[in-house]
Amino acid sequence: MLDELNKIKDSATLELQGISDLKALDDWRVAYMGRKGKLTQVLRGLSDLPIDQRKAVGSAANDIKTLLEAELKGRQQAVKDAKLAGGLDAIDVTLPGRPVSLGRLHPTTQMVREICDAFSAMGFEVVEGPEVESDYYNFEALNIPKDHPARDMWDTIWINRDQTIPTLLRTHTSPMQVRVMEQRQPPVRVVVPGRCYRYEATDATHESVFFQIEGLAVDKGITFADLKGSLFEFAKRLFGAERKVRFRCDYFPFVEPGVDMSIDCFVCGGKGCRLCSNTGWIEILGAGMVHPNVLKGVGYDPEVYTGFAFGLGVERILMLKHGIDDIRHFYANDLRFLKQF
Amino acid sequence: MKVSVNWLKDYVDVSVPADELAHRLTMSGNEVEAVDSVGASWDNVLVGHVLTLEPHPDADRLRLATVELGGEQMTVVCGDPNVKVDDKIVFARVGAKLIDGHNGKARELKPAKIRGIASSGMICSEMELGISESHDGIIVLPADAPIGMPLADYMGDTVLDITVTPNRADCLSVLGVARETAALTGKTMSMPTVEYSELGDDINKSVSVQIDDADLCYRYCASLIKDVKIGPSPEWMQRRLIASGMRPISNIVDITNYVMLEYGQPLHAFDYNKLPGGKITVRRAKDEKLTTIDDVERKITSDMLVIADDSKAIALAGVMGGQSSEVSDNTTSILLECANFNRENVRRTSQAFKMRSEASLRFEKGLSPELALYTLRRATQLIVELAGGVAAKGIVDVYPGRADRLPISLTDVKVKQVLGIDIAQDEMVMVLATLGFGCKVKSKSELLVEVPYWRTDVSLPVDLIEEIARITGYDQIPTTLLSSEIPQNELHPMLTFKDRVRDILVGCGMQEIITYSLVGWQDLAKIGAPDPIGLINPLSTDQQYLRTSLRPSVMMKIADNEKHEPGLSIFEIGRTYLKRDQNLPDEREILCGSLAGQRTQRQWQLRPEHVDFYDAKGVLETLFDSLGVRVNFEACDDATLVSGRTAAIIVDKQVVGVVGQLDPHIAEQYDISSDPVYLFEIKMDKLLPLIRSMGEYSRIARFPGSTRDISLLLDIDVPSSKVQDIIEDTKLVSEVALFDVYTGDKLPSGKKTLAYSIVYQAPDRTLTDKEVNKVQDGMLKRLQKTLAAVLRQ
Repeated sequence: MLDELNKIKDSATLELQGISDLKALDDWRVAYMGRKGKLTQVLRGLSDLPIDQRKAVGSAANDIKTLLEAELKGRQQAVKDAKLAGGLDAIDVTLPGRPVSLGRLHPTTQMVREICDAFSAMGFEVVEGPEVESDYYNFEALNIPKDHPARDMWDTIWINRDQTIPTLLRTHTSPMQVRVMEQRQPPVRVVVPGRCYRYEATDATHESVFFQIEGLAVDKGITFADLKGSLFEFAKRLFGAERKVRFRCDYFPFVEPGVDMSIDCFVCGGKGCRLCSNTGWIEILGAGMVHPNVLKGVGYDPEVYTGFAFGLGVERILMLKHGIDDIRHFYANDLRFLKQF
Repeated sequence: MKVSVNWLKDYVDVSVPADELAHRLTMSGNEVEAVDSVGASWDNVLVGHVLTLEPHPDADRLRLATVELGGEQMTVVCGDPNVKVDDKIVFARVGAKLIDGHNGKARELKPAKIRGIASSGMICSEMELGISESHDGIIVLPADAPIGMPLADYMGDTVLDITVTPNRADCLSVLGVARETAALTGKTMSMPTVEYSELGDDINKSVSVQIDDADLCYRYCASLIKDVKIGPSPEWMQRRLIASGMRPISNIVDITNYVMLEYGQPLHAFDYNKLPGGKITVRRAKDEKLTTIDDVERKITSDMLVIADDSKAIALAGVMGGQSSEVSDNTTSILLECANFNRENVRRTSQAFKMRSEASLRFEKGLSPELALYTLRRATQLIVELAGGVAAKGIVDVYPGRADRLPISLTDVKVKQVLGIDIAQDEMVMVLATLGFGCKVKSKSELLVEVPYWRTDVSLPVDLIEEIARITGYDQIPTTLLSSEIPQNELHPMLTFKDRVRDILVGCGMQEIITYSLVGWQDLAKIGAPDPIGLINPLSTDQQYLRTSLRPSVMMKIADNEKHEPGLSIFEIGRTYLKRDQNLPDEREILCGSLAGQRTQRQWQLRPEHVDFYDAKGVLETLFDSLGVRVNFEACDDATLVSGRTAAIIVDKQVVGVVGQLDPHIAEQYDISSDPVYLFEIKMDKLLPLIRSMGEYSRIARFPGSTRDISLLLDIDVPSSKVQDIIEDTKLVSEVALFDVYTGDKLPSGKKTLAYSIVYQAPDRTLTDKEVNKVQDGMLKRLQKTLAAVLRQ
């Protein structure tokens, strides 16, 4: 029995010396030490031996197995080393790589996300609303009664004007202020991205369809100072911490006090240039403290609750950030334009 | 509103430079769009006095004018026949920059010889100074113009172009802007001094006013001025009107315009002698006609308010006067109207006729009835002074709409609640007082504030708070971050879902597009999309309907881009708008994507290949795999897509969309030349509820699987999905991959082979060959029984 073991050891060792690739080494391992390997079979046959021989043969077989395993390991390493010693063929590393096709989000989607993310980080929830709206939500509930001159601020595309529920394409995302407040109790913090429509001839700086993002925060104790803080924070996040931000008085019927927020012109740094119409400032958004009439309309007590609202044009901000000179690019969807974002 | 700074200076000490004033006005809510200097370019232009005029020796139409410039005399050639000795004129020296009448550009004046006579300077017209386009002769200045004074000092001005917001009717006036200026610069403003003699008879003998519809006319004031002489208005008034963007017409019309600009309250002058009996009635129109001063005969309806005489309408209240009573060159007596009308009514009437006059723009913003009388007196004074009239004794004042305004309570608590800071009471009083608000201190923490009549926009405490904040400056308010409780955020499944789908498709190499949701009728009709909702005032016929399908939008973008893109892979997630009875439309989120042209670009390792059906399907499979949803595709028909190359997309036995090859006839109608084009569409609202949220994880298999390859021979028209379903539903099968599909000569006709690699695996043990064989035999039997599939050796 021991002879047989030694024979196996010798032939295995001899064979091993002649092997020079990893696949053959594995075959060798299977032939001797695999489930049906020669050495394995000897070990399986141990139980047939008389007890007195069992121990000696078993111990010898295990020694051989340990030896062969060690030799195998050494041989594998030698084979790997030999392969690497010769070096690998050089390739032209400057040839173009195999292309992986790349898609992109529309720049408007990217900007909507960037803006919504900035406000989400301040605890605002993102919601959406209908684009076809009633006169009530688009105007009346926002403190813009019929025949009010402020309606001139929003040239409107109408679906019907004279029926019991006059309907229109929303001219801003502000109707969602009312819809959201009707559905829940304070505290409220939402941002609303979405398409808006204006009756406006299209040219390089005007589009009849555009994206707006509305923001609304209502609770006890929300102040103008909070509005300023939140929007300054947002502007710095979007345009860089070095930008100057300013608030000036403006009028929107659904807020009081009303605000127009500008940043200092990033082209001229505030000295005055074409982009900023020589004012040094670029208007970014309109905002203000939610008008008591709007709060009353949704059943919030304006003596208890205050809030702020704001609205900004997504394409306008994209144009400013990227120096895009024509708003029509966003709906033209020329891939040569879209692929740049 | 264009405001002359010179005019402002009549009523307030303008102590800051115009640019600074413009900045302060802008910051406090009256945005100054432009600061235009009249006369900034008038170097070397001065007031001259014509001493002599001699004939030109060599030209009949030219004369030689000798001009006194204050210690200096110059002789120049003059071509204007109207220049007279002793005229005060505008003289430009050599070096002055004048506007060239031929091209409108500025040009420096050089010494010239005209018909042999040297001429070092010229006498100017308005056009050469850039004041107007008119070339009608030279400017003749008033006789008291100081000789030798630089013209910029004499008649230069700065004009502020202010965008007045719709709430500030009071700022559509010089006095309103003066009041703002005073508050912003710490000055006090003064009002015009209005004094004139009423030397005529009692007005009540000649004029009577009756208001029939007091709900639309709150006050009607009238004065009567007789013996006026119609002529041009004085030069200073004309200059201010021009600076304000109005054309001078005649002294009476100019005075009504001038006073309207000054006070913000429109006036109308009637020719008194054309009003039978001097009787004025303010009433709703009967169905009647009125020819307005712009020469248009208008049909007026019973919802409009008119000014009428005994028998007929003579003016559209607050909008425009009528021709029959218009002031003409022969007018000698003026009935001057200054009234207050219902703002909504004026707006509706002016919109109905598309006549947005300076008057209607002011009325519709809401004027105080109190303003009417002050304005009327000012205009009457100017007519007496400048048109030589005699004012009747008294004024007719019918005032049914008198309303008292209650003071507003303003508490410290409210101020802090809105602004977030404390403002000292005396500071609030000071700011409000400069704007004309009257403040009574009710307690240490409460003011009672009287709103001045001209501020029709202020009625609530927050309005007062805005006044305080904007005059103090928004920059004085600190910035704080929201400190209140963060509301509990709900997740919005559709929003999150849309973003997830966009990200997956972008990962699949697709480009997102965003197209117009408004399309033309034909765009939808070509594919038989549902009837769309139309607009009553579309911008164009291309954008007249709300889309009921995204397919046209996507196809049009394929057509637009295919010329410059070898391969296209685009998608949009957007809304369609479907009619709904008695309700706003149903806005549904749809995903539509399309692939066309080459799958791969031309590259050293790749051969350009055309996209096919399986590219589109592959994208969808990746999408559904990533969403964790099992999807099936079943052949179906779709009117836009090629029959036999179209599949319904099925999740949980529900059709959620379709994918297929675009019908080339339809492609052609959308000007697409690529062929083939593949299109898919998924109804996001149907798919969303079928998406499972991530469940519990399943353990990674601990025991090795056993892989078997089989090749099945079956009829060519058996869908592979049926084979796959049977294999997948077999016990112990954990993975199935179809690795070969073969049809061809080596097989009997009408047959194909499908080759699958199948992994069998159990969670709790290593499977024996025997077990695997048994399971696979059972599966093969089922395949043979249901699909007549035979194992091919």
